[in-house]
Amino acid sequence: MEQELKDLKVELQKQGIFTTTLEEIYNWGRKNSVWPLTFGLACCAIEMIATSMARYDIARFGAEVFRPSPRQADLMIVAGTVTKKMAPQVVRLYNQMPEPKYVIAMGACAISGGPFRDGYNVLKGIDRYVPVDVHIPGCPPRPEALLHAFITLQKKIDAQQLRGEGRAHHLKADTPSEYPVPDFGSHDLEPTHNDEVFPPKPESPFKVLP
Amino acid sequence: MSDMSEMSPQAGPAGTDLSAEAVRAALVAAIPGCEVTVLENGSVSGQHSLVLGHEHAVEAAKFLRDNAELRLDFCSNMTGVDWPDKEVTEKVKVKKVVEGPEGPSEQEVEETRKTTVPGYLEAVYHLFSMEKKHGPVILRLRTRDRADGNHVPSLTPVWRSAEFQEREAFDLYGIVFDGHPDLRRLLMWEEFTDYPMRKDYVPPPEDDPVVDDGCLPAADAEQGAAGA
Repeated sequence: MEQELKDLKVELQKQGIFTTTLEEIYNWGRKNSVWPLTFGLACCAIEMIATSMARYDIARFGAEVFRPSPRQADLMIVAGTVTKKMAPQVVRLYNQMPEPKYVIAMGACAISGGPFRDGYNVLKGIDRYVPVDVHIPGCPPRPEALLHAFITLQKKIDAQQLRGEGRAHHLKADTPSEYPVPDFGSHDLEPTHNDEVFPPKPESPFKVLP
Repeated sequence: MSDMSEMSPQAGPAGTDLSAEAVRAALVAAIPGCEVTVLENGSVSGQHSLVLGHEHAVEAAKFLRDNAELRLDFCSNMTGVDWPDKEVTEKVKVKKVVEGPEGPSEQEVEETRKTTVPGYLEAVYHLFSMEKKHGPVILRLRTRDRADGNHVPSLTPVWRSAEFQEREAFDLYGIVFDGHPDLRRLLMWEEFTDYPMRKDYVPPPEDDPVVDDGCLPAADAEQGAAGA
C-alpha cells in the first residue's frame, strides 16, 4: 500500500502534479532548518567550526545558523570532552533549549569519555545525562563524519510522525524535555548518571536507526 | 659566585655559576640560619636542586629574585610531587650473645630490619632569569607529612606566576601554601574532597552497565572468520 502510494506520487510528479502530506512538509521544513547551538568544548569543536566554513559548508543542509542562545537553538552538538565540572552546565543548556531539540554527541570523548575515560575529571559520555540522537565516533571526527551525522539526524527528523502512538517525543505531553542537573559531590557527580536516559532502552525514541 | 674558570652546565652567557652548590653557598652567606641542602640528581641531565627549609624560604626566594648576579626573576613552572610512605628493608650486622656448643659467646649476626620512611608532599619550582638569560635553578619545598602537616610557605608573593600553579598543586595534591593570596581549588569543584594526583587516590568506581545491543557476537564472529 505504502509503496503504491509512493509510486503514484512519483507518477503524478512526472505529470507536473505535486502531492504531499502535512507531516511530510512539516518535517521537510524542520529538517532543512536545524539551528545548532554555538557551543564547543574541545578539539572536536575545531572540526565543527571547519564543517560550518566554506569548504565543508554545513549551510548546504540548512544548519549554518549557529545560535548563541539555547532558546533559539534546535540542535546541541556536544563537540569535545565533557569534564565533570562542565557537565551540569551542558545539561542546563540542554534544558534551556525549546522542543523539538536534538543532540549529536561528537567524538570519542562526548560519547564515552574517550582517551580520558579513566581520568578522575571526565564524564564517561554525555548520554549519561541527556538523550543523544546521533553518536559520532572519531578523535576527532572529520567534517565529513559530522555531515554524515547531520544527514542521519535529518533522516530521523524526516521519519518522525506527528500523530498516533509512535509520534515524535516532543509531541507527547508526558515525556520530559528537561532532565535533572547533576550536583557536585565530594567524590564524583551526584548522581553519576540519569536512570531515565542511561543506558538507552531498546524502546526509547533515541534508539539507533537501522 | 662569578668564577669564570669554572662554568657549570647550568651557567648562562654571563658566566654566573648556577650550580646548586654555588647557589646554596650564596644563600647561606646572605641569609644567616638559612636551611638549604643540595639534592643530587643522578640522571644524565644532572639538574641538582635545592631543598629549602620553611622558615627562610620566602626570604631565600626574594634573595634569588633580587640578587644582582642571579636575578632569577621568572618562575616558569611549579608542580607538586607525592612521595608516599615507603617500607625500607635493610640488613644490619648486630653483635649478639649466642648460645653455642661451647657456652654463650658474642657473635656477629645479620638481621633484617624493616623501617617505614614517612612520606611527604613536595612543591618544585623551576626558576629562570629573563634579564640574565640563564637558568634553571630548581627549588623544592617539602611538607612535614601527607596528613595534617601538609603546609609549605607560598612563593606567590615572590613570583606572581606561581599563583595558579600553587592553586593547582593545592587542588590535586593537597599541599597547603601558607601566604597564598587566594588559595582555592583551581580545576576541581569546591565540594570535591579528594586529591586526585596523590598516589593513593582511588577514583570513583565504574558504574557502567554493559549494554548488549546484539552487536558484539556479530563482531566477534566476523573477527573469528577473518582470523581463520
